[in-house]
Amino acid sequence: MSEATQKAAFWLGVRHGLPFIFLLVPFGTLFGVVGTEAGLNVLEVMAFSIVVIAGAAQFTAVSLMVDNAPTLIVLATSLAVNLRMAMYSAALTPHLGAAKLWQRSFIAYFMVDQAFALSSVKFEERKEWSLSEKLGYYVGVIVPVAPCWYLATLAGALIGEAMPEALALDFALPIVFLALIAPALRTQAHMAAAMTSVILALALAWIPYSLGVLIAGLVAMAVGARVETWQEAQQ
Amino acid sequence: MITQPSWEIWAVIVGLGVGSFAMRFSFLGLVGDRNLPPWVLRHLRYTAVAVLPGLVAPAVIWPAATGGDPDPARLSAALMTCVAGYYSRNVMIAVIAGALTLYGMLWLLG
Repeated sequence: MSEATQKAAFWLGVRHGLPFIFLLVPFGTLFGVVGTEAGLNVLEVMAFSIVVIAGAAQFTAVSLMVDNAPTLIVLATSLAVNLRMAMYSAALTPHLGAAKLWQRSFIAYFMVDQAFALSSVKFEERKEWSLSEKLGYYVGVIVPVAPCWYLATLAGALIGEAMPEALALDFALPIVFLALIAPALRTQAHMAAAMTSVILALALAWIPYSLGVLIAGLVAMAVGARVETWQEAQQ
Repeated sequence: MITQPSWEIWAVIVGLGVGSFAMRFSFLGLVGDRNLPPWVLRHLRYTAVAVLPGLVAPAVIWPAATGGDPDPARLSAALMTCVAGYYSRNVMIAVIAGALTLYGMLWLLG
């Protein structure tokens, strides 16, 4: 474990995290605009992005509050959207579980989609990395990503007026997620998991509180694991 | 419009923040460096490809911006993002391909 290799991993993380600025700026700005339009003040909008730091759940909460849903339903639904983070936590545990408690708390607070997506792929690829290199990479990814999220939210909250609809910012998130998934479809097991997830999420979209997505995700994980076992048995 | 009193808004912010942190911390904080059984690891390998496609599929097929009607511009943008990402294995190329397709189609279809 040397400082030089940790630094190299850190800068690699920064390089990989940087392109997400192009996605987080529109997405964070959009949240600021939507939140302000919905009647939140700048402080409340900023508190969402700093305290919660999870775009999809924040949008869910604001839209349910606009619909005047009871507070408990708002919380349960938005947390259901965020359940995937427990899976991120589990997936990163074999790599980062040995870190100190305060480091794990820090990692947990910043466990956003981008940090998970980049590190889980990189840690699988670089199995020889030590804990300090993995930590360096994770922090590197966060450094451009998190401040960008806060600042974009602030910009959006200050703009606080309707964005032209022609910008179609609603579609920034689907494009980001698809762009993350497509290059990760390396094997038939990955393909099978992704297809299962799509078909089930659509078929179960009628289930309230985003539970359909959750069920689709769990079944798709099982399908991926099952296909992997079959393929290993065939070899 | 959000008409809830201020304390309810803050209850949502704090509750959502604490709950999200709890989920993010769960395994990492409690399991620590104990080894997880192989079958758990095998399932976790597929978390990203299992959850994210399901999360975006409804937004691709029934976009909120068009009131839930399927939209050719968003459908082709999603398809191009996948195709470009799959063949280039590069996230940024996929994003650019998707964004260009989206704006190109929105412009073409007026």
